[in-house]
Amino acid sequence: MSTTLPTPVPVSLPETEEFWAATAEGKLLLRRCDDCGIPIWYPRPFCPVCGSFRTSWSEASGRGTVYTFTVVHRSGIPGYREALPYVVAYVELAEGPRVMTNIVDCEPDDVVVGMPVRVVFHDTGQGSALYRFQPDPTATDDGS
Amino acid sequence: MTIRGKAFIAGIYEHPLREIPDRSNSQIHAEVAAGALADAGLSFSDVDAYFCDSSAGFGPLSMADYLGLRLTHVDSTETGGSSYVVHVGHAAEAIAAGKCQVALITLAGRPRSAAMAGRPGGGGATPDMVFEGLWGMSGAVTGYAMAATRHMHEFGTTSAQLAEVKVAASLHAQHNPNAFLQEPMTVEEVLESPMISSPLRRDDCCVVTDGGGALIVVSPEVARDLSRVSAKILGHGEAIKHADNGRLDLTYTGAVVSGPRAFEEAGVTQADIDYASIYDSFTITVIETLEDLGFCAKGEGGRFVLDGALVAPDGRLPFNTDGGGLCNNHPSNRGGITKVIEAVRQLRGEAHPAVQVPDCTIALAHGTGGSIGTRMGSSTLILGTEDA
Ligand SMILES: [Zn+2]
Repeated sequence: MSTTLPTPVPVSLPETEEFWAATAEGKLLLRRCDDCGIPIWYPRPFCPVCGSFRTSWSEASGRGTVYTFTVVHRSGIPGYREALPYVVAYVELAEGPRVMTNIVDCEPDDVVVGMPVRVVFHDTGQGSALYRFQPDPTATDDGS
Repeated sequence: MTIRGKAFIAGIYEHPLREIPDRSNSQIHAEVAAGALADAGLSFSDVDAYFCDSSAGFGPLSMADYLGLRLTHVDSTETGGSSYVVHVGHAAEAIAAGKCQVALITLAGRPRSAAMAGRPGGGGATPDMVFEGLWGMSGAVTGYAMAATRHMHEFGTTSAQLAEVKVAASLHAQHNPNAFLQEPMTVEEVLESPMISSPLRRDDCCVVTDGGGALIVVSPEVARDLSRVSAKILGHGEAIKHADNGRLDLTYTGAVVSGPRAFEEAGVTQADIDYASIYDSFTITVIETLEDLGFCAKGEGGRFVLDGALVAPDGRLPFNTDGGGLCNNHPSNRGGITKVIEAVRQLRGEAHPAVQVPDCTIALAHGTGGSIGTRMGSSTLILGTEDA
């Protein structure tokens, strides 16, 4: 088990205020296009697929699989360099987007591509939380 | 309109130093500019177009002022390490359109002397930087490592295959007295180097060096009057590959777009390429780029580089004969300009004799900027000898 990861406070832009506020309540929001229906990532009030500005929030399932990952063994980033080794990954959410994050609550060497994961929130103490992912013991085998 | 044969690279210069603690970026820009102009047999007063990235100050204004340039055309396109390859293409376009005759392109930076600090908390003001700045991405290697993991997962690429790329670069670097790393390496040595960000080890990474380089791109009329041998610009392609609304695929690069455009404009195929400068920020960068440029099928890059395929002069595709970013030089954390410089050396027959490709008439230089792990610029340049 790696040392606890730091919880840097995200810079909140006007269009992501609701997103970060929801994380503090344990919710992972996805911006969705009201015209073509596609989930948008990273969150923005514009659909890069169809060009629409008609978008709204919906709550994500918080489940996904590991698309790819790396175990970081060298880092100069304060907070992270004290937590080596740690895992940076792209998790493919059940809704489609591949989201950069950390995999936590398991040995870094146990992470594999395709592994089912579920979201956990690490509070920053500043009205936001970081969405990270842990192995999902409840996932069925047909996931990936 | 095409740029084929409408512009020539008449001057090149690579700064000889790899650690420069005592000079400003501006001075290094000036030194490499002077070096490339001297190589071409031109002077500052001949320059009427200037190209730079965001390291030169307030766009091109600062260096135009510093150098006292009188310009009719400027361009500060910023696509990371691929910028300078883009600049060559844009210079050729401007020359073909009659906007200028002598274009100066410079790069300078001192990452070795002024180590870059980490940025927890998201740092940047754009949402992409916020959402990617929270997870301990430790420099560029983290994103490239995730690309390597996925490439290995989908295609069975191995760490030993990645190591072959470094070995080939090191075999070339031993002949370059300015190279940062000059010792030949073996696959075993690369595999024993410390893990940085799995699966990438220290020796899968490029060097961190101060320094820079410059290029002079001129019109056919100017090239004709110069005594120095020029390289003819045959074709160019550029592309941005981005995260695609979170559906990014890390197994390929923007070269899938920039490569075919360059080959088409040049009117040549992969089989015509005698020498290739392939951007080598990391070993995985080379594997994916070789596939995307069509030198082998997607997924076959790891197998393609075996058996000394990249080793000059006799390999199937001699690459990065200066030692590349992996061993020679990656000035300002950007390798694009040195890629063009070594391609011109090969076409002039002025690479080190031990690595000079015999009868080198068509060369390719490819630049990669930003990160394969998120969003990136790709630029492909195809050059020929003066009569190609
Ligand atoms: Zn849409």
